[in-house]
Amino acid sequence: MTRMTGADAIIRSLEAEGVDVCFGIPGGMIIDTYDALYRATANGSKLRHVLARHEQGAGHMAEGYARASGKVGVAIATSGPGTTNLVTAIADAWMDSTPLVCITGQVPSTKIGTDAFQETNATGITLPIVKHSWLVQKASEIPATIKAAFHVAQTGRSGPVLIDITKDAQVAELDFKYPDHVDLPGWNPSSKVNHRQIMAAAKAILEADKPIFYVGGGVINGEACAELLELAELTGIPVVTTLTGKGGFPDSHPLSAGHPGMHGTKFANLALNRSDLVIAVGTRFDDRVTGNVSAFAPNAKVIHFEVDAAEIGKIREAQIPICAPLKPALARLVVELRKQMPEGHERPTEWIDRIEKWKEEFPLRYEHGDQIKPQEALEAIRDLTEGRDDIVWTTGVGQHQMWAMQYLSCNQPRSFISSGGLGTMGFGIPAAVGAKAARPDATVICIDGDGCFQMTSKELTTATLHKLPIIVVLIRNGYLGMVRQWQEMFYGERYSQTDLTGPIPDYAKMAEAFGAVAITVTDSDELVPALERALAENAAGRSVVVDVGCDSQEKVFPMIPPGASAADIIEYGSHEKVKEVEGR
Amino acid sequence: MKHTLSVLVEDKPGALSRISNLFARRGYNIESLAVGQTEREGVSRITLRVDCAEHSLEQITKQIHKLVNVLRITELTPDDAVEREIALFTVAAPPERRGELMAFADHYGARVSDLGPQEIVFEMVGHPEDLDSFEELVRPYGIKEMVRTGRIGLSRAVRH
Repeated sequence: MTRMTGADAIIRSLEAEGVDVCFGIPGGMIIDTYDALYRATANGSKLRHVLARHEQGAGHMAEGYARASGKVGVAIATSGPGTTNLVTAIADAWMDSTPLVCITGQVPSTKIGTDAFQETNATGITLPIVKHSWLVQKASEIPATIKAAFHVAQTGRSGPVLIDITKDAQVAELDFKYPDHVDLPGWNPSSKVNHRQIMAAAKAILEADKPIFYVGGGVINGEACAELLELAELTGIPVVTTLTGKGGFPDSHPLSAGHPGMHGTKFANLALNRSDLVIAVGTRFDDRVTGNVSAFAPNAKVIHFEVDAAEIGKIREAQIPICAPLKPALARLVVELRKQMPEGHERPTEWIDRIEKWKEEFPLRYEHGDQIKPQEALEAIRDLTEGRDDIVWTTGVGQHQMWAMQYLSCNQPRSFISSGGLGTMGFGIPAAVGAKAARPDATVICIDGDGCFQMTSKELTTATLHKLPIIVVLIRNGYLGMVRQWQEMFYGERYSQTDLTGPIPDYAKMAEAFGAVAITVTDSDELVPALERALAENAAGRSVVVDVGCDSQEKVFPMIPPGASAADIIEYGSHEKVKEVEGR
Repeated sequence: MKHTLSVLVEDKPGALSRISNLFARRGYNIESLAVGQTEREGVSRITLRVDCAEHSLEQITKQIHKLVNVLRITELTPDDAVEREIALFTVAAPPERRGELMAFADHYGARVSDLGPQEIVFEMVGHPEDLDSFEELVRPYGIKEMVRTGRIGLSRAVRH
C-alpha cells in the first residue's frame, strides 16, 4: 500500500487497467487529476494524454480509439460544461455499444446541490445513456470504483460508464491498493451458451432453403468475426452486415451479400427479405435496417444470437433465441453443425445463385456528370487503397456516410468506424484522431461532409499537435445533403435551412489553419492525383484535407423510404417516377 | 394491464431513479411505489405497481435486470403472492353519521386512528383491493384527505 492523493490514485488505477492513451480537457474540478498526470509523466509514466479541443471531441476520440483497438476508451472532463459537452459522445457510445470509461470532475462534496460554480448533476444527466455511473465522494473509493467501471464497460454488451469524482476526493489521501477483483453482486451478464438452443439452431440452419446471416456490430464487439467466417464458409450461407457490422465479415468475400437497410443495396435487402431463415448475430433489428417491421423478412424464422437479453424479442420475435457471448456461441454452433451435417449435405446453391443474379441485376450505380459525383471520390480512394489491410475508415453522418458504406470495401473488423445508432454529425474527425492513437501504423481516413466538418474540424488541431495525422476526404456538396435529399423527395423541394453554400468557409484555409495540408479538387481528373498526394503526405506524417467539390444534387440510392419495406425500394434514376406517383 | 414488480436492489444512491427512468422513458406512470429494508443488510426491496403493456413490461423487466445495482426482479402475480397496503383516510363524520361509518370500519377491519368533533381518521391495513372497496364506501361521506403507502408483497409461503 502506498499513501497518495485521490488524484494520484486515478492515474495509478488507469495505469493498472493498462490504459495507454486517454483523451480529455482539464478544468477547475479535475485540475488535481491533471496535476497528478503531470507528475506521473515527469516520473516516467507511459500514460499518454491527448488534449482535445472540445470535450465532445475527446469523447468521440475515446470511441474511435475503442472501436479501432477493441480496448476501453477513456475520456476525462471537468464538471459542468465539460461534462455536458461529453454527453453527445456518451450517448453515441451507448447506442453503438462502445466501451467507454468517462471520468468527470465534480464540485467538492460539501458543495454538491448548492448550484456551485460549474456544478451539474453528472450522474443524473447521463443516467439513461450509461450502463452504470458512480458518484465518488471519498478518495478511498477510487481504486475499486475504477476497477468496477472498466469491468462493467467491457463485459456483457459493451458500453459507456461514468465516474464522477468530487474535488475533495481527488485531494484527500488514501492507502492505494488496486483490487484484483470486482464486487458487483448485481452484475451478471450472460456467460453461458445453452446447448439445446445451439442444437436447435444447427437443425434449423441445415433444414433451411434460403438462410441468411444478418450481422451487426456485436460480432465485432464480441470478437466473433473469425467464428462467423468459419460458419459462413462451412455452410455456404450468405452474409449481410449492417453499418456497424461493416468489416465484421469481409466485404470482398464471395458470400458477402452487402449491406441491407434504408440505403443498402437492393440485392442485400432482397436477400434478407426473401429468406426463410434469418440468423441474426449481434444485431438489434434497427429501424434503419428493417423499415416497416411487419413487412420485414415476412416468411423467415429467426435465430437471434445476442449477448444482451433485452434485445431478444424487442423488435422481432426470435423462434430460436440464443442469449450468450457471441464468440463461444458461434464456436459451439460450428462444432454442432459439423456433428449434425449429413454426409454430402448440399449448400443452398439455388439460393446463392439467386442472390448472385440479384447482385448482377441490381448493382450500385450512378451517372457521371459535369461535376464530381461523391461516389466517384469514394471509388477513387477505395481503389487507391485496395488490398491494404492497414486502413481504418471513419465517417461523419449523412449522405457521405451512406456512400462510404456502399462503396468502400472493408475486409477486417475494426476498419470501419461510423456513428450508427445516434447518427452523430461531426463524429468522423475526432473518431479518426482516436483511431490513429490506437493504431499509429494504420492510415486513418475520415470520409466527411461539409456539415459535419464544420462541427468538429477543430480536432484537426489535436491531430496536428499530437502527431496523430489523419486524412479527411471532404465530400463538399454545399448542403446538409441528407436532409436536402428528403426535402427534395418528400417535402416538395422546399429546401428549408439546408443550404451551406456561400463564399465561406474556405475549407482549405481552415485545414491549413489547423496545420493540415489542404488539397482542393473540383475536377474528376484531379481526384486520383490529389488522393495519391494525400496518402503520400499522410505517410510522411501530415494531416491532409482533400476538399472535393461535388455535385450538390446527387442523392443516395437505393433508398427505402422511411417506414416502407424492401418491396418499395427506390433505385437510382427511378425516383422521378416515385414523385409522379406520389403527386397523383 | 396492471402488474406488480418486486425488485431487490443494492442499497445505493440512484438505484431507484435508474429503475423509474426505464418506465418514464416509455411514458408509463408508476402507480405505486414502496421501498424498504429486507432481511439482508444493504439490500432493499422496491415494490412497484404499473399499468403497462405486456410486451413493454417484458422489455423493461429485462432492462431492469441489467442494471448493476439490481439483484433480482420478479413479477408478483395475485395467485402466488401475499400483497398488503396501509391507508389513512380522514373522513367527514358529523355525530349523526358516525354509527354507519363505524359499522363499515368494523366490517373492513379499519381502525380509528384519530378522532375530532367532525371527522375521523381511519387506518386500514389489508389487501389493496379491500382498501379500494372501503374507500368507495366512505367516499360519499366526504374523504377530506387520504394517503396510501403503495402495495408491498412477497411470494406465498412454500407449501411443501
